Amino acid sequence: MTFFAQFYAQHSRLLDEIGINALLALSLSVSLQAGQLALAQAGFAGIAAYVSAIASMQYRWPLFASILLAVACSTLVAALLAYPVRRLRGIFLAIATVGFGEIVRVIVNNVSITGGAEGLSGIPNNVNTGIIYSGLALVALALFGLSRTKFALAVALTREDEAAARGVGVDTGMVRFASLALGGAIAGLAGALYAHAFYFLTPADFGFPRMEEILVWCVIGGVTSPIGAVAGAAFLSILPEIIRGLADFREITNGVILLAVILFAPSGLSVLWRSRRATVPRDA
Amino acid sequence: MLAQQLVNGLFLGAVYALFAVGYTLVFGVLDILNLAHAAIYMIAAFTAYSLVAHGLPIGVAFAGGTILAGTVGILLDRIAFAPLRRRNAGTLVPLISSIGAAIIIGAIARGIYGIDERHFVDGGIDSPPIHIGPVTFTAVEAIIFATAIALMLVLSYVLRATTLGRNIRAVSQDRIAAALLGVNIERTIAATFFIASALGGAAGILTGLEYNSVSIDMAGSIELKGLAVIILGGMGSITGAVIGGFVIGAVETLAVAYGLSEWRDALTFGVMFVILVARPAGIFGARALRNA
Repeated sequence: MTFFAQFYAQHSRLLDEIGINALLALSLSVSLQAGQLALAQAGFAGIAAYVSAIASMQYRWPLFASILLAVACSTLVAALLAYPVRRLRGIFLAIATVGFGEIVRVIVNNVSITGGAEGLSGIPNNVNTGIIYSGLALVALALFGLSRTKFALAVALTREDEAAARGVGVDTGMVRFASLALGGAIAGLAGALYAHAFYFLTPADFGFPRMEEILVWCVIGGVTSPIGAVAGAAFLSILPEIIRGLADFREITNGVILLAVILFAPSGLSVLWRSRRATVPRDA
Repeated sequence: MLAQQLVNGLFLGAVYALFAVGYTLVFGVLDILNLAHAAIYMIAAFTAYSLVAHGLPIGVAFAGGTILAGTVGILLDRIAFAPLRRRNAGTLVPLISSIGAAIIIGAIARGIYGIDERHFVDGGIDSPPIHIGPVTFTAVEAIIFATAIALMLVLSYVLRATTLGRNIRAVSQDRIAAALLGVNIERTIAATFFIASALGGAAGILTGLEYNSVSIDMAGSIELKGLAVIILGGMGSITGAVIGGFVIGAVETLAVAYGLSEWRDALTFGVMFVILVARPAGIFGARALRNA
């Protein structure tokens, strides 16, 4: 037991990061599974992080109420974003959602309630590893439950062939809307947990580089596999700790691993537990 | 005041346009979004800086940086895109591999140059201000502007009137038909990458000269702005990218002039978002888009 206690004491921050990153990866995975390359997850997480931080700091809301409010806000924003981008596909959807994320970052950078570019500090630090992993478990359970419904079939069909999906009566507009809103909710949970676990926020925490990172986790894990997304997030969060001796080469190692996976293992880490080749959406 | 701002917008826009022309050329020919384009822009600027620091004249340094950028572009294609092309991997996967390539190029630049910004010459390049009516600009700005315009005219000539240009246009329209007609696809794509990356590199060097500052951060700021430019003009359209560059350049300088400098980027991406939603083919783009 002492081993675990010691391990936890040394690595609790890393464990927290892995849990939050896994949630972020799951939120993008939900979109990717529906064939939607929507890259606004970092923006959703940022909105929720600031909402939760402000609710608990300025209005003294209790933790769970602030988190709930934050998730409600990010879900609402995602649902509202889904409407204007409803006709965009592939790379165009990606660019529009990246643009949305940048607009969020500029706004957060320039309004006073968020502390501007200096960010917010002194956020009540009352989220621990247990709460983060309970959240992750809850989301995983919900997604697992969803995966056994007809809705999951509609999602997979929308990804593989949207026209065919419409042909057999799938409301693809609804699938795309739901996948964006659900992604917004999960990203929001991750963002709110992040704010309270690390008690310090800046707009740069949720910019395009973070969005790229989330995308990389999902791809390394295997684009359409939620387990892969979690594994990818965990793997790349732990990697810098393992190769600490190579600290100077950390960045380049990340790049090389990413390229190697793309070139030599297109289904990502998910090949480890899936014999069937994971399908990569053609036009996503 | 307004005239001066518009002239400033022209200078900024010329460099944006030059960057975006290469960005959009690769998209037009290969249908891939090359997120490593900004990294090449940055290393070309660093290369030119190094050559100047070793005592070479600025013109030689410019040529050297541009050629290196083009060569890196060819390498990028061979390593990160060509294997995916053989596999028919769609558009998401090359996007990710370009992110991987950008990380590697950025890491190499950071390893060599560190995170501090570098200056071409201590105290800046001497250039007398030029006054024309109500507007003032420096000789360096005028040379930068002329260089950017000249390079875009050369590109336009190459695409319109040479065999290579015809091949590039053929490959962008229908790769299989072009191959059947005897166009060497891989060589044409390599040439496309060389041209696109050399132009992106030239934009990087000119930006470095304009502000007399080269840093690894310069890639991040233009990467997404370049997207706004090519969306405005219509993805894959060269003329559109040029006009888009000038429009975004003007929007940004005017935003700063009217005291909205903190909101400048939101304005740029707001314009991009509205264009994407309302006119996905861009304001000036006539090219039919398969995915929009």
